[in-house]
Amino acid sequence: MEKKPKEKKFNMMSLSDLSYKKQRSIIIIAFSIVPLLLLFTFSYYPLMQMFRYSFHEWNGLGPVENFVGLENYKTIFTDPEYFSVFRVSIYYFVATFFQMGFALYFATILSFDVKFKNFFKGVLFFPYLLNGVAIGFIFRVFYTGGGTLDSLMEMFGLGEYIQFWLRDRSIVNISLAATSVWRYMGFNFIIFLGAIQSVPREIYEAAEVDGANRWHQFRYIILPSIKRILQLNIILAISGAISVFEIPYIMTQGQNGTMTFVIQTLDTAFKFRKVGLASAMGIVLLIIVLLVTLVQKTWLKEKEA
Amino acid sequence: MYKVKSFSGSFIKYASLFIGVAAAIIPILVVFFSSFKTTEEYRTTNILTAPESWLNFENYRRAFTEGNMLVGFFNTIFILLVAIVFSILIGTMIAYILSRFQFKFSKVMIGLFLFAVLIPGITTQVATFQVISSLGLFNTRWAAILLFTGTDIIGIYIFLQFLDSSSLSLDESAMIDGASYFTIYRKIILPLLKPAMATVFIIRGVAIYNDFYIPFLYMPAERLQVVSTSLYRFMGPFGAQWEVISAGIIIVIVPTLVLFIFLQKYIYNGFTQGAMKG
Repeated sequence: MEKKPKEKKFNMMSLSDLSYKKQRSIIIIAFSIVPLLLLFTFSYYPLMQMFRYSFHEWNGLGPVENFVGLENYKTIFTDPEYFSVFRVSIYYFVATFFQMGFALYFATILSFDVKFKNFFKGVLFFPYLLNGVAIGFIFRVFYTGGGTLDSLMEMFGLGEYIQFWLRDRSIVNISLAATSVWRYMGFNFIIFLGAIQSVPREIYEAAEVDGANRWHQFRYIILPSIKRILQLNIILAISGAISVFEIPYIMTQGQNGTMTFVIQTLDTAFKFRKVGLASAMGIVLLIIVLLVTLVQKTWLKEKEA
Repeated sequence: MYKVKSFSGSFIKYASLFIGVAAAIIPILVVFFSSFKTTEEYRTTNILTAPESWLNFENYRRAFTEGNMLVGFFNTIFILLVAIVFSILIGTMIAYILSRFQFKFSKVMIGLFLFAVLIPGITTQVATFQVISSLGLFNTRWAAILLFTGTDIIGIYIFLQFLDSSSLSLDESAMIDGASYFTIYRKIILPLLKPAMATVFIIRGVAIYNDFYIPFLYMPAERLQVVSTSLYRFMGPFGAQWEVISAGIIIVIVPTLVLFIFLQKYIYNGFTQGAMKG
């Protein structure tokens, strides 16, 4: 029995024999070096480079040397070709409110007694899990002439209201924003449902005993329980609306007045090889997102206080 | 009076649920119908009608062979598994030291990781592209693997939250037994984080399976196409043949549907947790 500690000493390389202090430094370095390396290589270094490129005129090849100062930023805010794309994000921003409205409605209904609850929950959530390219194609079939929407409208005798859903410039962005609602509603729905269900059952029962009807329960129990998540989602909707990319890119390639800020940025960089200008656009987007986050943080903090 | 009211209430309730379900299903169902139609049938019949034969797999055959979708599935599964294993390893390691040790730079490090979440990944691609090509990774699977791993900060965040709310008593009793910090990580932290790993696996799995832009931008070679990009390619060669494209769409959707049906509970939990904490 006495011998055991001695035996341990021979095994000098074992980590457990090092003092916890030394071990501590070793493990901190060993465990953080790869994550930090990845973080810098794929987040901070590109960010710094993007900042540098944004002051240059550069086609992405060869050395970055043609310094142009703030010229790229000036182009973004003065050339209507670049600035007008912000108008498109308004459609998606407004659409988010419909999205959250539907989500809240279905989450409320399904938090009470409903038959086939799991079926409804699953079907309403499922679109969120789908592949973006598949969704883009599904909705091309949906909106195409003689497609799903037109046939449905004819079936219900609404044939005279049929439009060129994707070709009419005054409608196309609404069609695309509606696709976005279809895709993302399930996510808000499941989050709201989770928040509502985290309220203990007894509270509803107690309220019912006190004579509260469904509207009272919604107004005084459900709404307060999801207020914070609702606020967070509304603010996130702003950054979401500016960063819209997949749906318009896959469905209309940003043509016909559906260009969004992100498609514009990527086209500028990879199609037209104006990496400097595209970088400036990326920085502008980043600043907008940061401002929105800042507003959110201070606003939510104030509300809590 | 009350009865009448509750009857109309439940009518509205079920009617609205029915409309919601129809809105979710019909766009997909129509594509499902089309995938079994012949070219002639697709052209002449109403899009809402069921196909003449449910056994006409010709479009599926063409989608698989001419669309090369097997390559897509192989690449997606490979990239998905490797990237998630890396993510989980790296995420648990960094979360372990950030939650269990307080050192000089630990606050700064947490700040660096959290701030990086705010950077909109899609626009920094302009500069990330230069990084990937200077590392010689353009047109390799490693481009996608590294980008999916390197930008998975949500995973780190979930592990951190999970460890912060777990008690230190297991760690401490292991230390009394003389366990090294590495042993604690392997024997205590990793098993403890299993539920969080499931969450990360689901959130990242869905994100990677559905991601379009990273493979599209970094791996244009046809042998490197993933599920998303192989479907996207259908637009060219099958331009007007929407019955074949429909089969391609269904092929992409089926794995998602099957997994959703079997893992429903975990998927709901994964996304609710990911969102509450992330």
